[in-house]
Amino acid sequence: MVFNKIVEIIVEQLGVEDVDAITPATSLINDLEADSLDAVEIIMAIEDEFGVEIPDDEAEKFKNIGDIVKYVEANK
Amino acid sequence: MNNWYSVGITGTGSALPEKEVTNYDIEKMVDTTDEWIRTRTGISCRRVVEADKATSDLATEAALKAMADAGLKAEDLDLIIVATVTPDMAFPSTACIVQKNLGATKAAALDIEAACSGFLYGLTISEQFIKNGFYKNALIIGAETLSKILNWEDRNTCVLFGDGAGAVVVERVEEGYGILSSYLGADGSSGEVLTQPAGGSRMPASLETLEKKLHYVQMDGSEVFKFAVRVMGKAAMEALKKCDLTIDDIDYLVPHQANIRIIDAAAKRLKLPIEKVFVNLDKYGNMSAASVPVALDEAYRMGNIKKEDIVVLVAFGGGLTWGSSVVKWCI
Repeated sequence: MVFNKIVEIIVEQLGVEDVDAITPATSLINDLEADSLDAVEIIMAIEDEFGVEIPDDEAEKFKNIGDIVKYVEANK
Repeated sequence: MNNWYSVGITGTGSALPEKEVTNYDIEKMVDTTDEWIRTRTGISCRRVVEADKATSDLATEAALKAMADAGLKAEDLDLIIVATVTPDMAFPSTACIVQKNLGATKAAALDIEAACSGFLYGLTISEQFIKNGFYKNALIIGAETLSKILNWEDRNTCVLFGDGAGAVVVERVEEGYGILSSYLGADGSSGEVLTQPAGGSRMPASLETLEKKLHYVQMDGSEVFKFAVRVMGKAAMEALKKCDLTIDDIDYLVPHQANIRIIDAAAKRLKLPIEKVFVNLDKYGNMSAASVPVALDEAYRMGNIKKEDIVVLVAFGGGLTWGSSVVKWCI
């Protein structure tokens, strides 16, 4: 499932401890305190995992993890 | 590879301006903080040349040190290559100015421009001349005065770069030592993510280009970050593959010093322990073509690189360009 895999990537990248607190409504930057480069690294890992390309202008529109899941599901 | 000479680095040197510009100094110029710069880049300080100094001044100083280290006299030099994006002027080339400064009357001299990968392009080009016997030695210098092309009002770029020069002498060495393999690449189709748009034939200097600040470095940071992390691993792997070595054979990695987050992410992808990776960008920032030779010189002088070590040099930069060399250290 796309959501679970993305959560796995985020947990690894950011070292998040409370995995159950991550929902589709969670924001990388506001809730998980990722900085802009963490976000880029997470996007890269997602691109590699699902074989999709996520251009910058698309990535900037993501408000939460649910938006990323939707984009990946539509484009993979 | 029959009858080809082995080519190795026989001397290193570097030159850095005395003036240090810390993150705290930059806090006073643009809206940023030391904490922001350090956590996003790893940079604490960078060097900046005096207004009356040019790239050739730093290049010459680094060259003299590398030649002294190698025990090579200026009059015996065959070839001088300067890699830079900040030449003293469009022409004569910075290499010709260095040739004059050194009194290297016999040497051919040229500049090459492959941005931050320039030193590795220069090293690989010079290697070919020596490998096939055309020349006995060469001096390769990566030298930059990026402070002169930075927009000191743009907090996204001015914090990243610094001035400096590094040089190496390459010569024929004992068989099996020296440069074991190299790999160069480019992707001109993505070149727009890192540019200095004006001042060339596309957009000659005019009042308008000055007003629009088009003579300064412009960068799309996140695109460059993605490219850098991916290509650094790829370039290192390609060069290793060409000489039948693997990541486990690396004794030391000297990467281009752009950003600690790029180095960390690439090392993680390569599964290379960070202790094997040289970092000095905290002191100098990104010195473009000068970063790799300055880092190599420092790593060697600090005793991190010893004879017999397998050292991988890797860089990526504007163009886009990338390059890597695997070297069996011979001094």
